[in-house]
Amino acid sequence: MEPIRTHRGRAAVLNRINVDTDQIIPKQFLKRIERTGFGEFLFYDWRYRSDGSLNPDFELNKPEAEGASVLLADHNFGCGSSREHAPWALLDYGFQVIIAPSFADIFYNNCVKNGILPIRLPEIQVYALMEQVMAGHTEVEADLAAQTVGLVGGERFSFAMDAHWRNMLLNGWDEIALTMQLEEQIAAYERRQVIG
Amino acid sequence: MRDKPRTIIEKIWDAHTIAVEEGKPDLLYIDLHMVHEVTSPQAFEGLRGAGRTVRRPELTFATMDHNVPTVERTHIRDPISRLQVDTLTRNCQEFGIELADLNSPDNGIVHIIGPELGLTQPGKTIVCGDSHTSTHGAFGALAFGIGTSEVEHVLATQALWQAKPKTLQVKVSGELGPGITAKDVILGIIATYGVNFGAGHIIEFTGEAIRGMTMEERMTICNMSIEAGAKAGLISPDETTFAYLEGRPRVPKGAAFAEAVESWRQLATDEGAAFDRTVELDAAVLQPRVTWGTNPSQGIGIHETIPDPTQAQTPADKKSIEQALAYMGLPAGGKLTDVKVDHVFIGSCTNARISDLRAAAAVVKGRRVAAGVRALVVPGSQRVKAQAEAEKLDEIFEAAGFEWRESGCSMCLSMNPDFVPAGERCASTSNRNFEGRQGKGARTHLVSPAMAAAAAIAGTFVDVREFLAKEAN
Repeated sequence: MEPIRTHRGRAAVLNRINVDTDQIIPKQFLKRIERTGFGEFLFYDWRYRSDGSLNPDFELNKPEAEGASVLLADHNFGCGSSREHAPWALLDYGFQVIIAPSFADIFYNNCVKNGILPIRLPEIQVYALMEQVMAGHTEVEADLAAQTVGLVGGERFSFAMDAHWRNMLLNGWDEIALTMQLEEQIAAYERRQVIG
Repeated sequence: MRDKPRTIIEKIWDAHTIAVEEGKPDLLYIDLHMVHEVTSPQAFEGLRGAGRTVRRPELTFATMDHNVPTVERTHIRDPISRLQVDTLTRNCQEFGIELADLNSPDNGIVHIIGPELGLTQPGKTIVCGDSHTSTHGAFGALAFGIGTSEVEHVLATQALWQAKPKTLQVKVSGELGPGITAKDVILGIIATYGVNFGAGHIIEFTGEAIRGMTMEERMTICNMSIEAGAKAGLISPDETTFAYLEGRPRVPKGAAFAEAVESWRQLATDEGAAFDRTVELDAAVLQPRVTWGTNPSQGIGIHETIPDPTQAQTPADKKSIEQALAYMGLPAGGKLTDVKVDHVFIGSCTNARISDLRAAAAVVKGRRVAAGVRALVVPGSQRVKAQAEAEKLDEIFEAAGFEWRESGCSMCLSMNPDFVPAGERCASTSNRNFEGRQGKGARTHLVSPAMAAAAAIAGTFVDVREFLAKEAN
């Protein structure tokens, strides 16, 4: 996993609540056995019309959202299915930071495991950022080391993140390798279970 | 001094904590890891790439369910689906994992076969790369869905880093009226408290209505915990739990069973244990429920009217009702009993166990599916299918004009060839009415098996109690 310390990029606004992972990546694209190549199917049913052409009304198809790497989303983003194909598709499309007032638990974890920075901010701050971005101030900067995020040249908001997940992201660590260093403790647990 | 009273959630959590360090999530030991074909290939590939092995293959159990065709199940025509299924077979061979493949009598939906085989037991930590893993919580297990990176982590280490969630009691009082099912209860809870009221929490379902439920009904309840946003949902085990488990293939026998029951009895939440939060629902006032919108909280009793966005409490609610009604093609303020259905799907890990099929068959018996309605029954497993056939339920369904299929996830998410065409409407016993879930543009209404069966016969949504009343006369 690539480390992520700071990120600066254009933000896109997806102003809908309860966006589920079935929308982020519909089921017909879950059949692949690779981790890559999901970006073109991101939000497929919203992005494309039934004849396969781009839907010009969809938020990410608007010219101002082109090249966006920061997604401003609403409550309960990523709810529903546990499919990690959702963060794979977002990352492959180019999103590195997702800002929302709340995330679904499994989706949040899946982001962290893939080097996407999920940022929880109070609703009022997310909506303020959305308004600014829609008014044309689209450059957002996130600093994971300092745990701040905001518009370039604008107010910075602090965000909270569990220290463990923050370290994983900052260092791009292989979590499995770290856990395997605790083999002795895992084995000792198993011995206790057998005896107990 | 007596120990501080604890909930079952804390008891299982504490018993599985391998390492606790300040400022870190806990490292939890995993007792059972269930694997299916969709969320595992990249995890096995990751192991291979890093030269790692599966630490405890004997605690891992695999099945294929999502891609499986329900007609000629071993003949998968879609080459990408077939590759995914074949990849699981190869991975299980290479890493030494037991697999209930398409030819096995034990094959079926992962959350149906775990309990059926007795792999699911009280007090276990159970994970699977599937959000409906919460189903296994019905046995007093701590069971939750994980992503593919976590699947790989469990395969390699048999453990997972987890921040301890808060505890949430959902207390269901009252007695269920005739024709009211576990599905109506869980849909009622989610409609009352919303699709993310469980976020960051593990739910324990308590109360007389839950205690009075069979194991299969409890599984329906716990299955949909994720639709409330919860990490997991569970129910303290009791005599009903032990009676269900006794004699199952993977459950200890004889004296070992009696010993297991003794330890399982200790798991139930202690008198006086505190939850971080408690919410309540009176089951006695429930009507049979139908969802009208595009998330599981957007549902009403069969005799209530479809919401009108102009009456919404907040602008966000108004927008969400408008979007849902537009997608679903429903009139604000209309009646569900005027809404025609095109498809009926009886299946999924929520409602495709034998008692679900019996309840649907009881409604269908001696009646005919309405003209223009396509109705499918997809048993949850090959064992459920065999049992239903032994009881001749298949004959009742087929005589009424239902299609009787082989087992799998099928039209719950339509990764196999079964789907609902755009703009058409389906009464479904599954768990998600999200846009596009059953096919692009498909309109899903979540209902109980009895309500789905009644809709198939009437051709519109209808109060199943009217059918039951006719029988009583």
